[in-house]
Amino acid sequence: MARAIYMDNNATTPVDPVVMDIMLPYFTEKFGNAASRNHSYGWEAEEAVDIARGQIAAAINADPKEIIFTSGATESNNLALKGVAEMYREKGNHIITVQTEHKCVLDSAKYLEQHGCTVTYLPVQTDGLIDLAVLEAAITPETILISVMFANNEIGVIQPIAQIGAIARKHGVLLHTDAAQAFGKVLIDVLAQNIDLMSISGHKLYGPKGIGALYVRRKNPRVRLEAQQHGGGHERGMRSGTLYVPLIVGLGAAAERAVAEMPTESVRTLQLRERLYKNVTSRLPEVYVNGSLEHRLPGNLNISFAFVEGEALLMGLNDTVALSSGSACTSASLEPSYVLKALGVGDELAHSSLRFGIGRFNTEADVDRVSDKIVDVVTRLREMSPLWEMHQEGVDLTKVQWVAH
Amino acid sequence: MPYSDKVIDHYNNPRNIGSLDKGDASVGTGMVGAPECGDVMKLQIRVNELGIIEEAKFKTFGCGSAIASSSLATEYLKGRSLDEALEIKNTDIVRELSLPPVKIHCSVLAEDAIRAAIADYQSKQETAK
Repeated sequence: MARAIYMDNNATTPVDPVVMDIMLPYFTEKFGNAASRNHSYGWEAEEAVDIARGQIAAAINADPKEIIFTSGATESNNLALKGVAEMYREKGNHIITVQTEHKCVLDSAKYLEQHGCTVTYLPVQTDGLIDLAVLEAAITPETILISVMFANNEIGVIQPIAQIGAIARKHGVLLHTDAAQAFGKVLIDVLAQNIDLMSISGHKLYGPKGIGALYVRRKNPRVRLEAQQHGGGHERGMRSGTLYVPLIVGLGAAAERAVAEMPTESVRTLQLRERLYKNVTSRLPEVYVNGSLEHRLPGNLNISFAFVEGEALLMGLNDTVALSSGSACTSASLEPSYVLKALGVGDELAHSSLRFGIGRFNTEADVDRVSDKIVDVVTRLREMSPLWEMHQEGVDLTKVQWVAH
Repeated sequence: MPYSDKVIDHYNNPRNIGSLDKGDASVGTGMVGAPECGDVMKLQIRVNELGIIEEAKFKTFGCGSAIASSSLATEYLKGRSLDEALEIKNTDIVRELSLPPVKIHCSVLAEDAIRAAIADYQSKQETAK
């Protein structure tokens, strides 16, 4: 039997074979330490790292010196929040972030709360976007950092980063953005958008896992960070540790390729998403989109199929397609998605949600096959759902006295 | 998450899906769980004059293990007297379906649904007297 179609590209992506070919020599014959200044092995590795730094910088209109390599976006986010909070402690201790951020931002913020910081967690509107007036009103003289993700990992909603950047600049507050999902998919210009720190990840854009970067602005203003990992003073002292050259080469190549293909690829994935949405909603009633369709990554679709449960849906789908759900049953915490909750999506619809991440290697035929299967499985599960039966009978489910357990 | 073969079998070929007339005096209906918790089970039994469960039907909103637990419960119920039906324990379901710890609540819900259906039938019989 053929393997299931991979449509969970917000979770991770395969390494593009072109990228893989570029990386391979750096595991074996070009294995030098980029910090070895005295022989050709070191020079070769250093040159490869410089090229990758340049590729990443060019992708976001930054200077190569502003790129700090890390192990991934989780580390970048930790370094940005903790590094800024510690370095700017004398200036203030207030950080503003958002309820729908990735756990590594939220948990770093919680850690900082235990270490003398105060944190404001901005709510989002029902479309997943923050209210800029609420953001601006949250700024105090103590505020040192605003951290707002560029695009959300679950619902793909893109925040108005340029406008947030303008507000941050006006108040002299640094702006960090977690661009793990957005990098390589939408235009990013750290100068035009007034971004001071930005986290990126390799494996979300057809590069390898275990590599990421943090953009740290050097001019207007010069951003300083307290290192979280100490050692040989690599990466301008902000992140010690021998550079993982093959992965860095892969991240650079993946970034260059993603940016080069963005004009065509963003149109293509958007068309596939629209096709998927139309295929499904034209054949199934009671389907709800979670988050703004307009301000959204082209390949992302997060929808709830009312009256059926997400894990049961995935069980029916997983021979055909690999997806994620916001259902509690699929999470370690047994709580439904906090992101959907922040949007005001009810728990019952959060349990019924699926996240589609259409990527570079998905085709129109994939979308059609997945849509057909979804219609089949949702229909079958609704036939066995007492909630669907009640809904058909005209029962208002919100008025039922449930025997909760 | 790996599922046992029996869970997959019940999910793909659920036994006794459907509804009985809940207004019928010989039918007992149990509905347990809540949509916001991610599972709702409706289990119905039809009891004959001899006090034996002739028919059992279910509908479930929930994960594959919840569907399998209620499907299995309907198999267990058929042909039993009410007293025998009350002997069905959630652990029987856990063992038969090889449910992992995180899915034990599905079996508990199925046991609750059995008890609720029997209680509903018995209260109908009381009122009829």
